[in-house]
Amino acid sequence: MAFQDTQKRGIGPGLDSNSHSRKENRLTPRLTPLPLPLPQSFLRLSPAMNSAPSKLYSDDVSLVVVLLDTNPFFWAAGAGGGNTSPHHPAATLPFAKFLNHVIPFLNSVLLLNQLNQVVLIATGVNSCGYIYDSAGGGSHGGNVPAVCSEILRRLEEFVAKDRRLGKGPDRVVVGGVSSLLSGSLSLALCYIQRVFRSGALHPQPRILCLQASPDGPEQYVAVMNAIFSAQRSMVPIDSCVIGVQHSAFLQQASYITGGVYLKPQQLDGLFQYLAAVFATDLQSRNFLQLPKPAGVDFRASCFCHKKTIDMGYVCSVCLSIFCKHHKKCSTCGSEFNQSPPDASATSDRKRKVSEV
Amino acid sequence: MMSSKQNEQPVPEKPAATMHGEQLSTTEMEHRMKLLREDSELQKLHKQFVIGGVLTESEFWATRKSLLDDDAQRTSKQQAGFKSAMLADVRPSTDGRTNKVTFSLTPEIIHQIFAEKPAVHWAFLNFVPSKMTEKDFWTKYCRAEYLHRTKNSVVAAAEAAEDEELAVFLKNDDILANEARRKIRRVDPTLDMEADLGDDYIHLPDHGILRDGSKETVDAENDIARRTLSQDLNRHAAVVLEGRALDVELGDTRTVAEALARSKQAESSAETSDEKTNQERLKRVSRMTEIEDLQAPHSLPYAPLCIKDPREYFDSQQANALKALGDTDARIKPIDCSLSTEEAYIYLMEQISEVKVRGLNNPVVQPEAALKVLNGLNQYLSSTKYHLGKNPQESVLDRLPNRTKDELMHHWTSIQELLRHFWSSYPITTTYLYNKVLRLKDAMTQIYHKLQETKESVQSDFRHQVSRLVQPMLQALDAAFAHYDTEQQKQYNKGVSKPNGFVQ
Repeated sequence: MAFQDTQKRGIGPGLDSNSHSRKENRLTPRLTPLPLPLPQSFLRLSPAMNSAPSKLYSDDVSLVVVLLDTNPFFWAAGAGGGNTSPHHPAATLPFAKFLNHVIPFLNSVLLLNQLNQVVLIATGVNSCGYIYDSAGGGSHGGNVPAVCSEILRRLEEFVAKDRRLGKGPDRVVVGGVSSLLSGSLSLALCYIQRVFRSGALHPQPRILCLQASPDGPEQYVAVMNAIFSAQRSMVPIDSCVIGVQHSAFLQQASYITGGVYLKPQQLDGLFQYLAAVFATDLQSRNFLQLPKPAGVDFRASCFCHKKTIDMGYVCSVCLSIFCKHHKKCSTCGSEFNQSPPDASATSDRKRKVSEV
Repeated sequence: MMSSKQNEQPVPEKPAATMHGEQLSTTEMEHRMKLLREDSELQKLHKQFVIGGVLTESEFWATRKSLLDDDAQRTSKQQAGFKSAMLADVRPSTDGRTNKVTFSLTPEIIHQIFAEKPAVHWAFLNFVPSKMTEKDFWTKYCRAEYLHRTKNSVVAAAEAAEDEELAVFLKNDDILANEARRKIRRVDPTLDMEADLGDDYIHLPDHGILRDGSKETVDAENDIARRTLSQDLNRHAAVVLEGRALDVELGDTRTVAEALARSKQAESSAETSDEKTNQERLKRVSRMTEIEDLQAPHSLPYAPLCIKDPREYFDSQQANALKALGDTDARIKPIDCSLSTEEAYIYLMEQISEVKVRGLNNPVVQPEAALKVLNGLNQYLSSTKYHLGKNPQESVLDRLPNRTKDELMHHWTSIQELLRHFWSSYPITTTYLYNKVLRLKDAMTQIYHKLQETKESVQSDFRHQVSRLVQPMLQALDAAFAHYDTEQQKQYNKGVSKPNGFVQ
């Protein structure tokens, strides 16, 4: 069996890519209409910023951290409890079947390379936890760690704990309950940081997010922080969205970290999706074509009417955006002392504001 | 997209029009030319607009003040400081045969001597050329140095008694002493000079020499200074660290001496009078010694910031983002059902047990399903590859042929420049601005045409992307044209000709 050249692994960021992005910064502006400073998606801070600098990978040893969504409300919604549509993903793919796809996927990742590692983190509604770590050594003393049984056992414990921690109401609306994505992202990033500090020889980490729940807007800031730190450590975040709707958070995450975002159309072939797209290691991605969405919408929406705009007024105190002139900012209450403009100078003023 | 043109002839300017005649100095001109030479994009813009008559020089550079200012600061050179070797400690060359000792003094050395020994400086200013020539002065100085070096105090005293000028060189440097005393008085009392064990290097093993004062004898008879090597070294080091105060060419000794005297005077007058410094020191002392707990809290008046609950905003963002992504699975309406928490958890646990009991499927996935998935993926990939390219981070610009890309970027920078000047000219109050706007509008029309041409000239592969790229540029130009037209319309509707001669 041919072993990888274990001397050089974990090479730092390629110097070419860094200088390339610096060159771009200096040369030319991007062709965008005069953009607003967008407060909530800071991704457009410098228009010439590359979304994800590319690393030079020297081999295909990978560490895959899988974030498994165990939101019971989502999964139970498919069981026919209540009046769910038969097209609900959890109806075509109940949790048992879902595990039937995910566990062989984990096994196959481990089979791809002897040095690969897999970590499984469960994302619950009240807590998150590490479920399985392939580097942890077999707990049953056998030669091959019994992946499946250990995962199932730990999952059960986790769900029981999650249920105990729950202090919510007795009945909830399924569409409103989201799992703690930010928590599990943080757990994953902490584990990866430890791997980084373990020395020069370490597998290339990436995060795979199997998301079923909808995005929770209260986690927005935490999720964005996690995404930025993943970008900084150059850890790609792949997303496989099994839920009902697209996830805006994960779209942005995958875009900015250089990962793959996919919403599988056919859920009974989930394993095939996982094996064809998400099992690819980072070195091979340089010469493989992987699916990517048509585009990510970074535009902001105004605070007054919630419609997406690309030119408008910005409050200088709290940076909230409005589509037309207001006397007072509705978020922070500061009064604007500009005299209301007459029609002819409106476009002029808009221009001035957005040129800031 | 351009609306019908109305009567627009450039209005002849009155003699009192605001055309600033700019008197540029040659350095300014050179500076600007240098900037243009260095930045080829700037040069292209300059050529296109200023030489093409659309903008004037002053307008062009008006928005680039920061560039001009920056450069002006860079031209000041760094001054070289004093050498750290002790030049003032000149070693004479002795000639054994004739018993003559030769000293060589260069202007550099002289400058350093003046800086280090203010007594010598003072003597020079006062004695030369009134009492002796420069050569005599330096001869006496060198004699004094020689005497110092021989450490023969008796001979030194004898000679000093004879020659009073020589005596000046042999005495203690009073000027220096005064300076030192003044500095001591000005020390900040709030400076924490507490020494601790780490500062004590004398008592470390193998370090330092204990000074045994018993060996030193004070020669009370003569007034001759005893200069030790350490005193010389310290003085030299202090002067070197202070830096070179003058920027004068080292030539004539006299000018150097005078310039040095002037700078010292300026220094001393710049220092605040003693009383004021005392006040400041007292204030500082009181501030340092105050005990914070016993004081009233210093709260600055500020307006508290209250921000509404941000959740509401992000909630709506969520809805927007989803709408924007488009629901490809339109048939799956999120029918919200309500579930009991207990039931949900129980269900989940059941599912897990089911897997435990039944084990994993074999085969994991049905072959037909897998095939469908693969086909679907392949189709999707081949359709998007054409539109988006391999790399999500690769931009559309990079895939265009270079010439088109350069043209487009140049058009964009020119449009930005023109629009900047256009929008800043509104509201129009003078004829100058009116004419300027006319010129800008013509230039913008030209660029508009050029953009259309570029769009058409591109190969059919890229036509779609190029038109998407060009669209924001066209939109910006259209907005400017529309504004211009509405302004024209308003002027027209106001009817009567305006005092500054607008055409009806």
